[in-house]
Amino acid sequence: MWKEIFNKPTKWSVMKTLIFKEIDDLIIGSLGIVAFISFFVGGVVAIQTALNLTNPLIPSYLIGFATRQSVILEFAPTFISIVMAGKMGSFITSSIGTMRVTEQIDALEVMGVNSLNYLVFPKLMALLLYPFVIGISMFLGILGGWMAGVYGGFTASTEFIEGIQKDFIPFHIAYAFIKTFVFALLLATIPSFHGFYMKGGALEVGKASTVAFVWTSVTIILINYILTQLLLS
Amino acid sequence: MIEIRNIEKSFGDSKVLKGVSTIFETGKTNLIIGQSGSGKTVLLKSLLGIHKPDEGSISFDGRIYAELSKDEKRELRTEIGMVFQGSALFDSMTVEQNVGFPLKMFTRNSRAKIQERVDFVLKRVDLVDAHNKLPSEISGGMQKRVAIARAIVNNPKYLFCDEPNSGLDPNTSTLIDNLIKEITEEYNITTVINTHDMNSVMEIGENIIFLKDGVKAWQGTKEEIFITDNEDIVEFVYSSNLFKKVREAYLKEHKALSL
Repeated sequence: MWKEIFNKPTKWSVMKTLIFKEIDDLIIGSLGIVAFISFFVGGVVAIQTALNLTNPLIPSYLIGFATRQSVILEFAPTFISIVMAGKMGSFITSSIGTMRVTEQIDALEVMGVNSLNYLVFPKLMALLLYPFVIGISMFLGILGGWMAGVYGGFTASTEFIEGIQKDFIPFHIAYAFIKTFVFALLLATIPSFHGFYMKGGALEVGKASTVAFVWTSVTIILINYILTQLLLS
Repeated sequence: MIEIRNIEKSFGDSKVLKGVSTIFETGKTNLIIGQSGSGKTVLLKSLLGIHKPDEGSISFDGRIYAELSKDEKRELRTEIGMVFQGSALFDSMTVEQNVGFPLKMFTRNSRAKIQERVDFVLKRVDLVDAHNKLPSEISGGMQKRVAIARAIVNNPKYLFCDEPNSGLDPNTSTLIDNLIKEITEEYNITTVINTHDMNSVMEIGENIIFLKDGVKAWQGTKEEIFITDNEDIVEFVYSSNLFKKVREAYLKEHKALSL
């Protein structure tokens, strides 16, 4: 499959349009839900941390610190990618699967179009912008934590900001974006594979979407473990 | 002209095509008929290169498909137009974008030239008001016409149609049949149609190949189908009372004329 995706590329003028369409569907179309989830989960992380800091010796800047660490290291890259496995993944599998069922992929092949390149390559290119989505998620997660902490009366703004800046390791950002990049490849290819090679009718399209979501999530979690072991330990 | 020689194709233990040989003539509507499971679709997909035959050869105007290089095969595919059973229109594209797709993909024509050709072809299939509609917004008959327009937009040498009348009312079916026949003659295309529809056989069957259990059981024209003694095709074509009566009347008239 990988070889075919890059083999015999589609005309650039056509491919350009396809890539922009995929950016719109997959990246821009996901921003709303990513922003919503990130903001509120960031808020919840801040509140949960604050509520668990019962010992007065523990400084309250730890709320900001914990929110930053949770959001940057795990929540934004991994948790959002699992949500995206459901949102983007099911969209990719069902759209390609429907094309398979309705003979649209056969039509492309008969015309002499490399259907894997035509269908999967633009998704891969669009998902190169996925780290941008995760960057927004990180920002909004921390913003949500700050708002919940400050306006909920759990911490002062200066302390929260001090916590965000405390013991900052720039490599953690690199680690998060390396993970994000790998997850983007998984998000584009696993659902595409399940859609492209599916057989049957409408019911099987639904089943393929579910299977694609499960496999993408499982793979993301396993790769997350391996990358964390390799990059942080 | 497409010539197939001794085509054999198996799937596991089941042999679907058992040495089929025939010639599909240029400028004529060549029909493949037969019961479900007789191997029609496998034969059509073998012609399209979707299935690779186990034995035998397929040649397109002297070019043996199996002996062509990758680039030559790609080139040959651009000479093929295909009308799928379910139309297979791209649902994210408008009618006009669907029809212009092969031109956009395989030619270096300017936007204006592509538009001009698309307009011409859509007019040819009698679709003038549907340019900006999506496939889901038009009827089944219109979708078939868009599929035909897309298949012929790149001036193909070979046109393949898989059950072009399925799901259409008799009136629209006849319109589609006649359109395919007219286009075949007008552009001198080698047209191969896979069908179950006996009305199509009687309407446009210039060269009919009857398959039974993966074997070519009969070949002839729509006129010959009335007078044939071949039991297999008589049983298949005249299974309906209406066609039985039509045949009896034809034979009666034929006998009276010969007397």
